[in-house]
Amino acid sequence: MADKKRSTPKLDELEKGEWPSFVKEIKIAAEKNPMANDLLGQLERSYEEKIGHWKHGGIVGVLGYGGGVIGRYSDLPEEFPNVSHFHTLRINQPAGWFYTSDALRKLCDIWEKHGSGLTNMHGSTGDLVFLGTRTEELEPVFRELTELGFDLGGSGSDVRTPSCCCGMARCEWACYDTMALTYFLTMHYQDELHRPAFPYKWKFKMSGCPNDCVAAVARADMSIIGTWRDDIQMNDSAVTEYAKSGTDIQKDVVGNCPAKCMEWDGKKLKIDNRACVKCMHCINAMPKALAPGKDRGACILIGSKAPIVEGALLSSVLIPFIKFVPPYKELTDLVEKIHEVWSENGKNRERVGEFIQRVGMGNFLEAIGVEPIPEMVAHPRENPYVFYEEYFEEESEDDKNA
Amino acid sequence: MAEQATIQEVSDAMYKMIKDSMGQKKWKATDLTKAVEQLFGERCDKALIKSAIRDLIESGKCVYTYFGGSFIEIPHKEGAEN
Ligand code: HEM
Ligand code: HEM
Ligand code: SF4
Ligand code: SF4
Repeated sequence: MADKKRSTPKLDELEKGEWPSFVKEIKIAAEKNPMANDLLGQLERSYEEKIGHWKHGGIVGVLGYGGGVIGRYSDLPEEFPNVSHFHTLRINQPAGWFYTSDALRKLCDIWEKHGSGLTNMHGSTGDLVFLGTRTEELEPVFRELTELGFDLGGSGSDVRTPSCCCGMARCEWACYDTMALTYFLTMHYQDELHRPAFPYKWKFKMSGCPNDCVAAVARADMSIIGTWRDDIQMNDSAVTEYAKSGTDIQKDVVGNCPAKCMEWDGKKLKIDNRACVKCMHCINAMPKALAPGKDRGACILIGSKAPIVEGALLSSVLIPFIKFVPPYKELTDLVEKIHEVWSENGKNRERVGEFIQRVGMGNFLEAIGVEPIPEMVAHPRENPYVFYEEYFEEESEDDKNA
Repeated sequence: MAEQATIQEVSDAMYKMIKDSMGQKKWKATDLTKAVEQLFGERCDKALIKSAIRDLIESGKCVYTYFGGSFIEIPHKEGAEN
């Protein structure tokens, strides 16, 4: 039996309008679930006072794992006893977020039995998120999840649950199999996922093409984004179709090409593919006429993050083009090297992008044994301060002569 | 070449470090790794250290905790719960 309904005039405002409302959803859950009911009460209180009433728990987890559970307690446990504990679980989602409806039902059943019944499908980490349970429920939830074939995801200073776009499962633009790579990385880094051993978190995100549907470039320590290195595939008659049916090719396609590498004479579209920066704009504008080339692979970028300790960073290119062939040895060797250097020298809570800024890209590249190349320059007029060995040799020659 | 230390030896040494500095220092996996590398020198490597940390956690002698970053500590009741 649920406790008496709480009065929530401020939250009720958030039910107005045509869009989905989390308040509406929590209220539905609160019909049956006392945790959801107290959650409404505490949230209303926070809106009145403009103060958060959650305390962070640092110890809760399941035996053997250092990640996957995010501890929270209410600082008003007397008033809201049903949310005195309100821990979150991250559950490792299947690559590309494909579930059977049967699996979803079973997941919800587990959560209604052991927690608030509230979920977040999905969190920005990619995980399926179970919101709100008590410490003593953690092991039982974990047991039932593993029986269903699911596992907890990452949290803390570990490899976070890798995530990817639906790639080849649904999208003709996928330049490599993002789901296969995500599954591989998830399995390969099980130890690092469950046992935090780094200075801070490490995220892998995989997008099949530069549209970057998982926003890897903005939020992964290693962003792996599909690309191609031959010419954009073009179907001339389909281009003509677009022109006939009203697409302003000059203005909307050619005019928005960031590389200014397209030409349209009213009949024939020409692309200077050597200058193309693979931004996907023209392909998105005329999907029936244009497609990524046939020589497809991926670009590996490093260092992005959202602002927490320091400001936001975008990833920059580390390996401009790589063909992926299982068992992805080239990739895992590179990652291992980076983890080693960063673990050895990174400060507490320093993401790899910040680490690179602190020690300098030149030193970082030298430490991981990767040669600097022009593609690594993030934008023009930025000096990466890479010094070539020959440069020093010449200098010392000069010294001798002086 | 010195003989490899056992997992038990390394995890015991880690446990002692954590216990001796309880309340003064929080250990991250990276700090523990560096400390036992110093202590055991050639007698241990990264793989052995990883196994020792795993042993420490799976035996229940230590737990992972999260305070901004992840730490390894001896289980105790936490303040936030009260
Ligand atoms: C029970 C209390 C809370 C818990 C357990 C909790 C936990 C979390 C977790 C696990 C995430 C990551 C979610 C993901 O993977 O997408 C997150 C994100 C976030 N939380 Fe909370 N949180 C709580 C309360 C709050 C409150 C009260 C606020 C602000 C008023 C807040 C603001 C945020 C924001 C802005 C993000 C980032 C969202 C995103 O990246 O999409 N959280 N929180
Ligand atoms: C030994 C003498 C000098 C050294 C070592 C030096 C070094 C540098 C370096 C490393 C940069 C950054 C380049 C970049 O990030 O793109 C720079 C930029 C610049 N330097 Fe110098 N510089 C020297 C002399 C001069 C002199 C004499 C002038 C002016 C008369 C000058 C004017 C500039 C300007 C205007 C920039 C900014 C260029 C930009 O827009 O990026 N420098 N210099
Ligand atoms: S990132 Fe590219 S390949 Fe992946 S779903 Fe989006 S458009 Fe398709
Ligand atoms: S992909 Fe982008 S840069 Fe390349 S031709 Fe099309 S619009 Fe231009």
